[in-house]
Amino acid sequence: MSNLLDLLVAGLATGAIYAIVAVGFTLLWQTSQTINFAQGEFVMLPAFLMLAVMHAGAPFWLAIIIGILLSMLLLGLGFKMLLVDPMLRHGVLPLAIATMALAIGIKEAVKQFFSAEASPFPSIVPAGDLSIFGRVVSLQSLGVLVLAILAVVGLTALLNRTSLGHQMQAVAQNPTVARIIGIPVERMILLTFLINAFLVALASLLITPIYLAKFSSGEVLGQAAFIAAIVGGFNQVRGAIAGGLLIGVVDNLAAAYISTQYRAAVPMILLVVVILFRPQGLLGRPEERTV
Amino acid sequence: MTAAAKYLRIALGVAAVLALILVPATFNRYGLYILSQWAVMSIAAMGLNLTLGYAGQVSLAQGAFVGIGAYAGAILTTQGFPLIAATAVAIVLCFAIGWLLGYPALRVQHHYLAFVTLAFSTLAFLVFRNESWLTGGIYGISNIPRPHVFGMATSKPLPFYYVCLGALAIVTAAVWWLIRSPWGRAFMALRENPVRALSLGVDTRRYTLMAFAIGSALGGVAGALYAPLTQYIDPVPFNLSLSLDLLMMVIVGGSGFFFGPFLGTMIAVLLPEWLRFTQGYYLMLYAIAVILLLIWSPSGILGILDRYLTQRRTRAASALRAVAKPKLEVAQ
Amino acid sequence: MKPFGLAAILFAALAAGTAFAQSSGPIKLADVAELSGGGATVGNNWKNGIDLAVEEINAKGGILGRKIEVTHADSQSNPGVARAQVQKALDSEPYVLLGPGYSGSVKVTAPLVAEAGITQIMGGEAAELTQAGNKFLFRTSFGQQSSMPKVAKYINDEVKAKSVAVVWVNNDFGRGGRDVITKEFGGYGIKVAADISTEAGQADFAADVSKIKAANPDAVFIYLNEEESARILKELKRQGVTAPLIGETTLVGQKVIELAGDAANGARGHVGLTTDAPVELIKQFRDKFSKKYNYVPDHNGIKGYLAIYMIKATTEKMGKVDPKAFADTLHGLTIKAADEPGILMDVTFDQNGDIDRQGFLVEVVEGKQVVKQVLPKLH
Repeated sequence: MSNLLDLLVAGLATGAIYAIVAVGFTLLWQTSQTINFAQGEFVMLPAFLMLAVMHAGAPFWLAIIIGILLSMLLLGLGFKMLLVDPMLRHGVLPLAIATMALAIGIKEAVKQFFSAEASPFPSIVPAGDLSIFGRVVSLQSLGVLVLAILAVVGLTALLNRTSLGHQMQAVAQNPTVARIIGIPVERMILLTFLINAFLVALASLLITPIYLAKFSSGEVLGQAAFIAAIVGGFNQVRGAIAGGLLIGVVDNLAAAYISTQYRAAVPMILLVVVILFRPQGLLGRPEERTV
Repeated sequence: MTAAAKYLRIALGVAAVLALILVPATFNRYGLYILSQWAVMSIAAMGLNLTLGYAGQVSLAQGAFVGIGAYAGAILTTQGFPLIAATAVAIVLCFAIGWLLGYPALRVQHHYLAFVTLAFSTLAFLVFRNESWLTGGIYGISNIPRPHVFGMATSKPLPFYYVCLGALAIVTAAVWWLIRSPWGRAFMALRENPVRALSLGVDTRRYTLMAFAIGSALGGVAGALYAPLTQYIDPVPFNLSLSLDLLMMVIVGGSGFFFGPFLGTMIAVLLPEWLRFTQGYYLMLYAIAVILLLIWSPSGILGILDRYLTQRRTRAASALRAVAKPKLEVAQ
Repeated sequence: MKPFGLAAILFAALAAGTAFAQSSGPIKLADVAELSGGGATVGNNWKNGIDLAVEEINAKGGILGRKIEVTHADSQSNPGVARAQVQKALDSEPYVLLGPGYSGSVKVTAPLVAEAGITQIMGGEAAELTQAGNKFLFRTSFGQQSSMPKVAKYINDEVKAKSVAVVWVNNDFGRGGRDVITKEFGGYGIKVAADISTEAGQADFAADVSKIKAANPDAVFIYLNEEESARILKELKRQGVTAPLIGETTLVGQKVIELAGDAANGARGHVGLTTDAPVELIKQFRDKFSKKYNYVPDHNGIKGYLAIYMIKATTEKMGKVDPKAFADTLHGLTIKAADEPGILMDVTFDQNGDIDRQGFLVEVVEGKQVVKQVLPKLH
């Protein structure tokens, strides 16, 4: 039983990261039908940007700020203007394939210009353990969980409580109508790309101390976030959050109680079951069949 | 099409086929290996093109089907069965699995096949790796024999290249026939306008399922040839990235164009080779090239050609009109 | 008769030409390694080690007065691609083929290289590689069949463990080590309390460690890649596992200590090649390497470096550049560090291409590798 609690906390901490990444994923899909296969690499890159700034002599806090800004510039603005905008009108698939190529490009660039080696990355949460009701929980997991929850709460508040958020949601639901009622659709779409870039930079900051900065570390993460988004519901932010947490927990429980050799299979089976019985995802709303 | 253009196309086709048969005889072992790889992967890409280009469904499991075919080929041929029997098993197995996967997925919603195949891709990899009693697990299967064709051994690179090329030719002919059959026309009707196809009485789900299952079976054929080509297989090459690579090949070549997969595979196999002189940068440059190509022409390489031909035709047509106009005026 | 005569002359010229090519100009080596994909860390270390050695030797005038020229090809960590690249390398008739590092890739390429009669010096550690009777294949490090018995003996004799949890990474490297050591444990009557497979690149070890805790073993044997080793060490510390942690080079290496911080303290292991060995030549190598590439190499960096010096020593022993006689000369050869400093430690190659060399039992104490015991060379 106590064992189970440990596993749940660890699973939630990992799941919270998946959730942040998956939220960005669904935002891009909703506002601009972009399936970003490079999302995992988007999480991997900011850590290296921050490391590069630190190598140049900047302190960690400054490196974080510059890293996040650079990430918003490259992975937000740059990604949208250079890749998404020219390709969007040609449909979902060519764009998705282009993001696959982008994923290869980012990985190779990091390997070539930084290193093929993994590097340690400083943690913004102090190392150490916390004793809660006799359970030892690492401050790092706890910090990750708290920050992830804060990010998600903040984002939900932005989307649901502010006029900006309402406009973004309108764009996501029906861009044509949104344009007719005078919402600056283009600017709203750009905003979602910037938010995604911010979220991946945040995820990068949270996860790299644990995952280590390595060119290949985005592969697992991107796939997990993709699965989380489908399971939770591709068209709902809260769906992606639930999906992320669920995948994190299920993965841990599967490894502990089912089979370590087949641990990766369990989230996949969950995915198939969800699709068959609740195709819109656990918390998603049914999409009209587009033909 | 004018008769001249038609003859030109036939001549080009014959020249290409002759080149594929004759030129490699002078190649070294490496060139032959790469070319054999191209032939094998073209078969897999052609299968995916059937699913994607003609039936409009995204499959993220073509790599897994290549894996299933490769394991079927490796296991059976190392047990002493002939390759042709192994290929038949691969076809049946992949077709059946494709059908079983597609049936529930397509029942639900259009693009959910992509998600189900994504999950399947991971599951297949885990089975290849973990069920060592059958697949040799992570150690893989080595010493996969190359077949005897009409009593001739094909263990040398050149004869085996002809085996791959022959298989490619047979598959090409079969697919060519298929898409000109009523089935193929139904596939295309599906892609162009599913609602209309449905209203015309085409059982869309069944045809889509059929296209996916046949496409998967071709993946199996490619796998059954891949095993004797490398003569050693382990689970790693058949993970999700092979599926993604194949998808990229089809899109880059031009999905829905008959010869798209050939070109796309050629780019995927040869472009990195040509770029190797750039050392560590070659994969990066490859990625940039693919992105630029897709920005320029989202319908792939054949999309460019297609656009060019259409433009020429419209220009020719307007030129004809321009010539015809004064005549009409005179006639008035 | 005339055309025949002409052809004969041409043929003779051609033959002379190739013979001539062998005896002058640079010595051509071909390397096929995991430069991208899952094994990129392995492959790039290996490549850098090779480049460093080549640079050194060329700066001193080369081997027998001839410069070395090495080409690197990328196997993308995929056996199929490795085979293609090795095929290509063989077509250019290299003196010796270097790599690959992944055992699966070695397995698929070794028959080709042997068929071409060319020597292959590789980085794979799987036990079976040198047991198939291949006369052209050489290791640069201990195979698992020689390192694992030492670890098992240590666990039995020194740690006196009766039950062990085995954690391994589910690829050919991890599985191979696990299979050999489990067999050894059987011989000593040591019980495997938990048999835990993990994924390459796995980040979250909470579930695995909780399984270890539940099994409550006398010792934990960890056989993962460096990065995963670091992660599991952190998690073991967090969950308060106190059983001795024992492994191989990949558990107690410099990289692991750097990544795991103080969670690495107390980890012990057998190390065949370590940049922390108490050997002056290895320290010098480490300094040269980290000066050139700005990081401390792992054992794969040393392996690549050694491969080149193996070629140098063997060639100088033969007194000529002779690809055909190379493998025969290297079999049974002992290279002494006193004669060839680049070989770093005295080494002997047996008839299978396996190596015999000094080994170390080390423990991580306060963030430093401390050598507890030197395991002497067998012969």
